[in-house]
Amino acid sequence: MDPPPTGGFGESTINAQPLTVQYYALLREQAGRREERLESAARTARELYTELAARYPFTLAPEVLRVAINGEFAEWSTPLAAGDAVVFIPPVAGG
Amino acid sequence: MAAFSFSRTPLEVAALRAALADPACGGYAAFEGWVRDSHEGQRVRRLEYEAYETLAVREAERIVAEAVARFGVRHAACAHRVGDLAVGELAVWVGVSAPHRDEAFRACRYLIDEIKQRLPIWKKEHYVNGDSGWVNCERCAAPAHGHEHGHEQDHEHA
Repeated sequence: MDPPPTGGFGESTINAQPLTVQYYALLREQAGRREERLESAARTARELYTELAARYPFTLAPEVLRVAINGEFAEWSTPLAAGDAVVFIPPVAGG
Repeated sequence: MAAFSFSRTPLEVAALRAALADPACGGYAAFEGWVRDSHEGQRVRRLEYEAYETLAVREAERIVAEAVARFGVRHAACAHRVGDLAVGELAVWVGVSAPHRDEAFRACRYLIDEIKQRLPIWKKEHYVNGDSGWVNCERCAAPAHGHEHGHEQDHEHA
C-alpha cells in the first residue's frame, strides 16, 4: 500500500482526479443515477463517500457499507488513483 | 457450465440439475429459495432483485470453489434471478452433486449461506399496502438509527 502523502497534516496534496462511481439499490435511488464520472480530491474511498454523502441524501452510514474498487472488494482506506471505478455496496439481501 | 449465473427469466431447474449429472456421483442436493408473501409482518406483493453482477459472479465463483475444496463435492452450481419477481417464484437455486449425500447436503447449505451473506445482490420488497423498501437497508438510516455497530443482527433474515 502506498504511504500517505507527505506534507502538512490535514493538507490535501492530491489534486482532483477523474473517478467513476456506480450506484446500486438504495444508493442508486438516493443519488438519482446509476453511474457518474466526477473529479474528486478524495484520497480514499472513505473520503469519497463523505463527499458524495454531502451532495446526495444518503441515509446509509459508511459502517454498514462495503467498497469495491475496479471490480474487486477493497478497504475503505485504499488510496484512490486516477480512473478508478468505485462502488459503494449497501447491506446485501440476496437469496 | 458456469458455476454461477444471473437470469432475467424464470430459472429452468431441470437444465440446471442435468448439468450436475456425473456417474461418479450418488448424491444430489439442491436448495430453492422462493419469494415469500410476508416479511417481518408486512404482506409482500412482489420483489425486485438488483445485482452488481460482475463482482457477484466473481465472488460466487470463489464460494463454489470453496465448497468444492472444503466438502469434496464433484460439482456445484448456483443461479439467481434479477428483475421483478412475483410471490412464489424461484429466486435462487443451488445444486451440488457428490459421491455421497453427506457432503452434498453440507456443501449445499454452505453455498446458500455464503451467497446470502457475500454477494452484492439487493432485494426491494413491494408491500400490499403500497409501501416498499430495500431489505436490510431501511433500518440502517444513519441519522435516525445512529452509528452504533451493535445492530448487525438486524440484517440477518432467513
